[in-house]
This record gives sequence, C-alpha cells and structure tokens, in this order.
Amino acid sequence: MSHVLNCKIISHRRVGADCRRLVLAAPQVAQAARPGQFLHVRCGGTADPLLRRPLSIHDVDQEQGLVTLLYRVVGRGTALLAARRSGERVNVLGPLGRGFAPPPAHRRVALIGGGLGIAPLLFLARELVKEEREVWVFHGARTAVELGCADFSVLPVQLLVATDDGSAGHAGSVVGLFRESAAKMRPDWVAAAGPHGMLRVLTSEMRRLDLPGEVSLEERMGCGIGGCVCCSCRIGAPGNWQYRRVCADGPVFAAAEVVWE
Amino acid sequence: MSVATAVEIAGLKLKNPVMTASGTVGFGEEYAPYLDLSKLGALVIKTVTLRPRAGNPPPRIAETPAGVLNAVGLQNPGVEVLVRDVLPRLARFEVPVIVSIAGETVDEYARLAARLEGVPGIAALEVNISCPNVKAGGIAFGTHPDMAAEVVAAVKRHTGFPVIVKLSPNVTDIRTIALAAAGAGAGALSLINTLSGMVIDVERRRPLLGNVSGGLSGPAIRPVAVRAVWQVYQAVNLPLIGMGGIMTARDALEFIMAGARAVAVGTANLVNPGAAGEVAAGLARYLEEQGIADINELVGVAHRAEGGTAD
Ligand SMILES: Cc1cc2nc3c(=O)[nH]c(=O)nc-3n(C[C@H](O)[C@H](O)[C@H](O)COP(=O)(O)OP(=O)(O)OC[C@H]3O[C@@H](n4cnc5c(N)ncnc54)[C@H](O)[C@@H]3O)c2cc1C
Ligand SMILES: Cc1cc2nc3c(=O)[nH]c(=O)nc-3n(C[C@H](O)[C@H](O)[C@H](O)COP(=O)(O)O)c2cc1C
Repeated sequence: MSHVLNCKIISHRRVGADCRRLVLAAPQVAQAARPGQFLHVRCGGTADPLLRRPLSIHDVDQEQGLVTLLYRVVGRGTALLAARRSGERVNVLGPLGRGFAPPPAHRRVALIGGGLGIAPLLFLARELVKEEREVWVFHGARTAVELGCADFSVLPVQLLVATDDGSAGHAGSVVGLFRESAAKMRPDWVAAAGPHGMLRVLTSEMRRLDLPGEVSLEERMGCGIGGCVCCSCRIGAPGNWQYRRVCADGPVFAAAEVVWE
Repeated sequence: MSVATAVEIAGLKLKNPVMTASGTVGFGEEYAPYLDLSKLGALVIKTVTLRPRAGNPPPRIAETPAGVLNAVGLQNPGVEVLVRDVLPRLARFEVPVIVSIAGETVDEYARLAARLEGVPGIAALEVNISCPNVKAGGIAFGTHPDMAAEVVAAVKRHTGFPVIVKLSPNVTDIRTIALAAAGAGAGALSLINTLSGMVIDVERRRPLLGNVSGGLSGPAIRPVAVRAVWQVYQAVNLPLIGMGGIMTARDALEFIMAGARAVAVGTANLVNPGAAGEVAAGLARYLEEQGIADINELVGVAHRAEGGTAD
C-alpha cells in the first residue's frame, strides 16, 4: 500500500560530487517498500515546477522507520529538493512500482549500477545479503569523487568499481568491468540500473552469456501510479512488443524483455 | 448549514460538480487507493477508440512552466475490452461513469456510440473531438463547425445516453464550434481540451516529445480555459463542464463563476492523486463559509452586472 505523506527530513547531506543523501522519517514506507521501488517526490511547494520527481529508494531502516534517497542534482526539481533542510517536511507518494524479484534459486548475484543507477542497489544488496546470497556490486561513475555517493562498506558484499576517467578502479565502463569479471565470478543472476546506453550494452552482454536478470528503467513520468500512461517503455520481443508503464508495470523489467529503441 | 452541491448536466444528476478530466486518471482504478471515487460527481475515463491503440513513442510528457505537455496519443485497449472487462469492474466505485470516445472518421464515432448503447454502468458519453495528439480524426473534427456537427449528429443517432461534447481551444473562435455542437444535439459541453504546443530539448537539439508536439495543460492554461467558458456561456444555452488547470476549489470557483455548471480536475491528479476529492470538499466548504445554500446560485455569477440581482 502506498501513501501520500509529508515526511520529516532527518538528515540531508552532500555526498560524492553533486549528489545528496536524503533521510526521511517514513515508517509506512519503510515497512512496505521493496528494493527497486521508488518515491514520487514533490520537490517544491508550488505549481512550478509542477510534477513530482521519481527517486529510487536507496535504503530502508525498518526499525527506525527511515527511508533514504540518493539523488544527483541535475535540474530545477532536484535543485529545489537539495535546498530543503533537516526538520522540514517533504511530500512524497509511495512506495511505488514493481521492484526487483530475484528468484530464490539464484544464489550468485551481480548488481550493476551506472551513475545514480547505483541508488536502488544498496537496498537490494541488503535484502540479498539477508537471504545469504553471494553479492557482487559493480559501481561505475565518471570520477572517483562520484563513487563516493554510495557506501557499500556496511554490507558483506564484494565491491568492484569503474570510472570513466580512470581515477579509481577499472578505467572505462562498468559493463566492461563486468565483462572482464564475469568468467571468474560466474554470477547466475543480474540486477542493473543506470543510463539507457549502459543498460542496452549490458543486456546484450547478458544475452551473450545467457544470464537472466532484471533492469530498472527511467522514463519521463507523470502521475507515477499508472493513470496517465506517459512513462512508456517497449516490453516484449523485437517486432512483437507493447508499451508498458515504467511507473506501474516497472520500473524493473526482465532484462531480456526490454526492446531498446 | 447544509448546502446543496448537486448539479444537473444533460439530464444527468450529479451529487456535486466535480469530475475527473479524461485521460488523467486512466479508468479510475489506480486512483481508488488515494481518492474516494464515490465522493465525485462523475468519473470521466480515458478516451476509448474502436480498436486498441498503442499510443505515441516516448517521451510522452514534458514539464513546462506551471504546466505539462503530453502526447500520449490515446493509448487505450479499445471499446471491446472496455465493455467486457473495465466497466464491470468500475461498478463497485459507486460513481457515475462517463465514457469518452474518439474516432478517426464520423463512422467510427457512430459505431462507438452504437457499441456502447445500453451498456450497463455508463452514465453519459463524452465525445472527444479535440485530441491534438493523433494523426487522424480527433482534433480535426473539433476545429471545423460542420464536421463537429456531423460527428455529434452521428453519435446522437446511435445513443440514448446524454451526449457531452469536448471542445478544443485550438480554434479561432470556440463559440462557432460550441454552437455547431449545440445545434447537432449536444446535451452539454466540456471545455477545454489541451492547447497544442511543443518543447525543444536544447541539449539534443531535437523536439523533446516522441510525437514532436503535444497538448498543454495545467495551471498555465487556466486563464485561457476560463475565458473560453466565459465566452461559450454567453453564446450557447447548454450546461458547461469547465476544465484547465484546476488545482484547488478556488480555481474551480473561477470556472463556475464564469459559467461552468460542473468542473473537471485533470493535470492536478498527476501531482496530487487526492486532488479531485479535495476540490469537491473545498467547494462545499466555500458554500458554507459564504452562506450560499445552493452551488447553482454561483453558476455564471460573474456575468451579472455589478449590483444587479441574480436572475
Ligand atoms: C523510476 C525512477 C527512479 C529514479 N531514481 C533516481 C535516483 O534514485 N536518483 C537520481 O538521482 N535520479 C533518479 N531518477 C532520475 C530522476 O527522476 C531525475 O534525475 C529527476 O527527475 C530530474 O529532475 P530535475 O527537475 O532535477 O531535472 P529536469 O531536467 O529539470 O526535469 C525536467 C523533467 O524531466 C524529468 N526527468 C529528467 N531526467 C529524468 C530521468 N533521468 N528520468 C525520468 N525523468 C526525468 C523530470 O522528472 C521532470 O519532469 C529516477 C528516475 C526514474 C524514472
Ligand atoms: C496526460 C493527459 C492525458 C489526457 N488524455 C485525454 C484523453 O484521453 N481524452 C481527452 O478528452 N482529454 C485528455 N486530456 C485532456 C484533459 O482531459 C483536460 O481537458 C486538459 O488536460 C485540461 O485540464 P487540466 O489542465 O486540468 O489537465 C489529457 C490530459 C493529460 C494531461
């Protein structure tokens, strides 16, 4: 069950280069949320900018009733959000969408995040670790500083990093890093999020390796609950696909079913 | 004080004047967790067509100053699925359901009306002759008085339901279309549909929307919509359903005072899924606060000469 909630900001910190980690008091969300789901966030309080902004749930603390978002300041909405201080309230709608559903039989899971695509993967890693699965996290960013936005050190996972400028870890794309490591680690399932281009290359790599998994998609969104059918993506097989709603049918889809433009 | 909020539109009695605007809440089901649909005057559902429509390629929505531009392209499962699966599911919400229809030809409108005739769970038809996001039909009928009249007459021949005609603002004089629709037998008019517009993505140096252009809605268009209601109220003696950027009860009052007997909440639902219910509650509160016994007293009140008495 999702709700419209005015959540108190518990903390709001700058992390990485131009990112923020926002911790909200949201017990209902913390109870209900699944990894891969998102909150639809009202960044300002007025009619301009009008729409909510979808942000993945980065982490959840059920005991304390806290929900963490991790976002990059890219435009007006996220800039307005970044100006909000601890103690203020933020209006959110959620948790929304269909999250990751790793089948129980798969025990060796690779999580691959490009840029802010890393956001939903911490929450997912936490759940997978609870289920005693082996988890590799591949985190790609433009620079070493940007890698600092997410902290996986709190979890017993293996972290591999890639940067575009070579300032940390593998120099180049996170998909390239995954390709190099896959033979050694032999994952049996993949979950990924990030820019379209990265996911497209990754899914063709997964097809080549015959690896199942899921990807989280982004599309410009209206209501976030499936009513306005604005955030469409193509799901099915090439030549036989349908438009599905990223907000309500996704944002997580089987990697093999995404039909890229 | 108990206040009367009921209104009558084309013979249809509504418990209050607040509806959803077509296409902004799908078939209403997604909104049920956030919005008590039974507290609305009516639920106007997403426009349906004769055959299923896939809709336009994404992106389908762009934010604009105090508004949004959409180019969904009438994605819908088609009238057969509506009748077989959707309408039976909507019965439990206990709200009058208004079915919006659109065709590519006059004949398609007629066949839609015929297919829906007598189907249980329908309170009225809204004839969408004003969608700017499809290549054939849609807005073409809403911009020529003769074609508008032809569509309305064809629908009227095939239905016993009240017929509401939804007008486009993308015309030189909306009154000519309103008069044509009225002459052809419309029982009420909905106005306005979205304004045609577009956004360029400067980074990509390309149109932002997959469909190139789209329809503008939200607070940005409210003054345009209020003016349209004002003009049509003066020209045509039919009940009007006003819409365009209604976010609050106060916004709805502008439309009612300009001459709308009912209002529809559209883009606001995308921001606040409870918006339509809040507008309905806010209108009742306003009547109480102002000591107005019946909301109908406010319809068109802004037209009356200052100091003049209500007619
Ligand atoms: C399901 C989902 C989960 C997401 N999770 C995260 C996250 O955890 N962290 C994060 O930093 N970003 C995330 N994003 C992207 C984030 O929504 C956009 O960066 C944000 O909406 C930009 O808003 P803005 O006003 O700052 O930018 P502007 O460019 O000014 O926004 C203008 C409009 O475009 C939309 N828009 C712009 N970029 C995107 C995008 N990439 N995807 C969808 N809509 C966009 C905005 O929502 C807004 O409607 C997610 C997107 C989706 C769809
Ligand atoms: C996402 C979206 C989809 C829409 N789809 C339809 C539709 O299918 N049929 C229709 O008659 N109007 C459609 N409209 C127009 C609205 O019903 C309404 O006339 C218009 O948006 C103005 O009202 P608003 O500013 O309150 O949204 C749509 C509007 C939006 C924003």
